Amino acid sequence: MTGVRVLVGTRKGAFVLTADGARRDWTVDGPFFPGWEIYHVAGSPADPDRIWASQSGGWFGQQIQRSDDGGRTWDAVGNEFTYATVPGTHQWYDGTPHPWEFARVWHLSPSATDPDTVLAGIEDAALFRSVDGGGTWSELPGLREHGSGPHWQPGAGGMCLHTILPDPRDEARMLVAISAAGVFRTEDGGKSWQPANRGLVSDGIPDPDAEVGHCVHKLALHPDRPETVYMQKHWDVMRSDDFGRNWYDIGGNLPTDFGFVVDVHAHEPDTVFVLPITSDAEHFPPEGRLRVYRSRTGGHEWEPLTRGLPQQHCYVDVLRDAMAVDSLDTCGVYFGTTGGQVYASPDAGENWAPIVRDLPAVLSVTVQTLP
Amino acid sequence: MTAAVRVKLPTHLRRLARVDGEVRLDVEGAVTLAAVLDALEARHPVLRGAVRDHTTGRRRAFVRFFACEEDLSHAPPGDPLPDAVARGAEPLLVVGAMAGG
Repeated sequence: MTGVRVLVGTRKGAFVLTADGARRDWTVDGPFFPGWEIYHVAGSPADPDRIWASQSGGWFGQQIQRSDDGGRTWDAVGNEFTYATVPGTHQWYDGTPHPWEFARVWHLSPSATDPDTVLAGIEDAALFRSVDGGGTWSELPGLREHGSGPHWQPGAGGMCLHTILPDPRDEARMLVAISAAGVFRTEDGGKSWQPANRGLVSDGIPDPDAEVGHCVHKLALHPDRPETVYMQKHWDVMRSDDFGRNWYDIGGNLPTDFGFVVDVHAHEPDTVFVLPITSDAEHFPPEGRLRVYRSRTGGHEWEPLTRGLPQQHCYVDVLRDAMAVDSLDTCGVYFGTTGGQVYASPDAGENWAPIVRDLPAVLSVTVQTLP
Repeated sequence: MTAAVRVKLPTHLRRLARVDGEVRLDVEGAVTLAAVLDALEARHPVLRGAVRDHTTGRRRAFVRFFACEEDLSHAPPGDPLPDAVARGAEPLLVVGAMAGG
């Protein structure tokens, strides 16, 4: 029977939430890797039984875990992420040079066609790839060695490569996003990269429309229309219609255009979801009301979705990798909060209910739609 | 000469290595911290990078080494460990620094 598997990374372990196509009754498995920070859990589109997890902690470093049975059992694979060339410096928070150092893997992007191939975005920002099932990892150094590297700076969470967005029609084309450097685009499979930030304007950097330095929080696209890319920036919700070459503001009537997540309906390329957060100083929903906002017009016009979400005394945050959609006929939407709730809507945001309420702070949510 | 050395790991590393209780290692030659960690990582490759940095080989910042009620965290890794550790009478303790969390 068709169903979904929601993969949740938290501050203290991973959880696997499964349901049939109705998405009302859920089975909760976990915690896996209890006590560890799980920045991302991602399933292979080429083999849904293969799932990857980034397991890290300040004490004992980085592990990559792989499951080949849909998340029931896991094995640690390779965990050596060594920059391909001697890294130089990037900017520290105060603008002084700071050595490039590996901290953790933020984001995993399994190949759409090869279960053994997966990309990893790391802190300090770089892009790595494994083609042997995670046994070994090699950097694609052209990104880090882009001439602007010495000017990149960390966001509050670190200088992380947090988004990897391949063009589903052409695997040589890809966007990545780095906080706080911005978006970079490759058209040759990752050998060379260009900044893709034209149209972004950011306070907090000396030149508000600089080529790099923007704190991009998340990107999303629809596979049927990959030229159109949506962005939640530190402030501003943005859109590009040329795969990142140019961006324009689509914040429209949102109550605030600060936030972390953005995602696109599985079947409607013009239907976009964001979750506004009050401000960079107040990382909780405006007025203590947890609202997903949906645009059915590709931006500019937004409607609040509140049914089943707390509308008072809610002061959680929703972090950048913590929203996802399934591809069932009635598109399901999911997000996790720093308060440990994972909410699900089986009907594109009309109605919401918590799958779980009391997990550790949620860092990431991904979804597999199962045959 | 081969020494039978006992190593006590913290919970997170025991789970990674899938061991219960202490790890018992045969260490060839001089029983130094470096030799014990080499033997530990050879027995349990999953611990590579978890105790010492992959590239530099240095102790991770939040890892400590204790034995015989002494802090050996800052001792040169090539120095001999206490005789009681080399004889297997006392374990080498690998400890996660007490730093909350």
